[in-house]
Amino acid sequence: MIEIENVSKHFISRDRDRIAALTSVTLSIRRNEFVCLVGPSGCGKSTLLRLVGGLLPVSQGRVIIDGRPVAEPRAETGIVFQSPTLLPWASVLDNVLFPLKMMKRLTPDSRVQARRLLQLVGLDGFEGKYPRELSGGMQMRAGICRALVHDPDILLMDEPFSALDALTREELTLELMRLWREQPKTVLFVTHSIPESVMLADRVVVLSARPGRIAAIVPVEVPRPRRFGMEGLDEFQRAAGRIRELIFGTGRSTLH
Amino acid sequence: MVLPIAAIAGLFLVWEAACQMFAVPAYIIPAPSAIWKETTALPANVAWHTLVTAKTVLLGFVVCVLVSLPLAVLLTSSPVVAAAIYPLLVLTQAIPKVALAPILVVVLGTSELPRVVVTFLVAFFPLVLSIASGLVSVPPELIELGRACRAGRAAELWRIRLPYAVPFIFSGLKAAIALAVVGAVVAEFVNADAGLGYLIQTSTAFFKVQLAWGALIILSIMGIALFQIVVAIERIFFPWSPGIDKPPV
Repeated sequence: MIEIENVSKHFISRDRDRIAALTSVTLSIRRNEFVCLVGPSGCGKSTLLRLVGGLLPVSQGRVIIDGRPVAEPRAETGIVFQSPTLLPWASVLDNVLFPLKMMKRLTPDSRVQARRLLQLVGLDGFEGKYPRELSGGMQMRAGICRALVHDPDILLMDEPFSALDALTREELTLELMRLWREQPKTVLFVTHSIPESVMLADRVVVLSARPGRIAAIVPVEVPRPRRFGMEGLDEFQRAAGRIRELIFGTGRSTLH
Repeated sequence: MVLPIAAIAGLFLVWEAACQMFAVPAYIIPAPSAIWKETTALPANVAWHTLVTAKTVLLGFVVCVLVSLPLAVLLTSSPVVAAAIYPLLVLTQAIPKVALAPILVVVLGTSELPRVVVTFLVAFFPLVLSIASGLVSVPPELIELGRACRAGRAAELWRIRLPYAVPFIFSGLKAAIALAVVGAVVAEFVNADAGLGYLIQTSTAFFKVQLAWGALIILSIMGIALFQIVVAIERIFFPWSPGIDKPPV
């Protein structure tokens, strides 16, 4: 469904240097596949996500979704950012409805859909609250509802749980897996947590340090439905070990 | 609420007592009781002067808002436009308004118009600056969210930039309303046949110092009241705004 063909991206720095962020990335993602992007910080994971989202133009190559090159943000893509990025002046419900309002697709049915999503993530009763009245985890849940409200077929997530405490993070990981099982979507999920990537993904794409290129693609054979406690499974250990090796090199993955 | 009132009441008591005790001549500082007596001697007259000034202040303030909002949007729309407009804005601030006022009377006639223009010129600059800084300080994540939702420039301005700028706009409005009172009085000093500024000038000319002080106190009260109205509007209509002069987190 998503074809990333030989994509490179560079930025021009303030002193006019060309900084390569990604070089010749080629990746093909199937419909309803869950793919995690993992790599050291600054390897261009978020940049790749933004290229797929149409928020940044590619420097070379092309990103094709359903046969169409991506030139601008696509209506059928939902994005969850690193911070919840809620509008402080709008209620939780209005925040969730924001994409529909902006795309002029607000129908009487939209509110029902938004309330259903909020209920799904345990935010029923909070529709009328302002974002500042919500905890970080609740804000992130609202942000996820907002990305799903227009029922996109692609969901892009940029380290969505990185600012949350460990418990909330596990909770949201489970919720995300449940949402994805109930409403299958193609998910591209950026993270710097190896266990998180193995827990979530069908395939983990490991990027090398800057300039980012694909070091390897690690398939995860852990059976679904997944839950915490499966970290001990051989499949889990094998995938996590392989990813760790790719990022840190052999011999540095154990403590001596 | 109790403490500020008590503090002001205390100030007037000390003032009254000092005037009585040391027999201060009225032309230096009149006693509050004398000011009260003179000012309330012709209540209809003083009320009328107050209304005339309030009208100039409000008209000037409204013009201020009507001009500043689009101007700030224009100023932040592109670096080229900003580079063209900004020096002109600074120029309007460099001109001493007290010196400009009599010239404006010659140009615009002796109507209400030059007074409103002077009020506007005194008050609008901080408003433009705070609206503009609100519009450009929108966090990049919110702009990215707008783009992800396929918002055009107009929608981005209306749905993201302007709401985000609300606390900044109100901080500018608070400065503007206080300055509008100053502007109106300056304009009345130069050209008016009514208003509290006019009243101060004529009463000092006739050594009716008590009345001038009375007008001064009314002007202060007007300034405080108008400021509080702006604060109340922010609280009622924009409850999510932090309501203090700092940007939201």
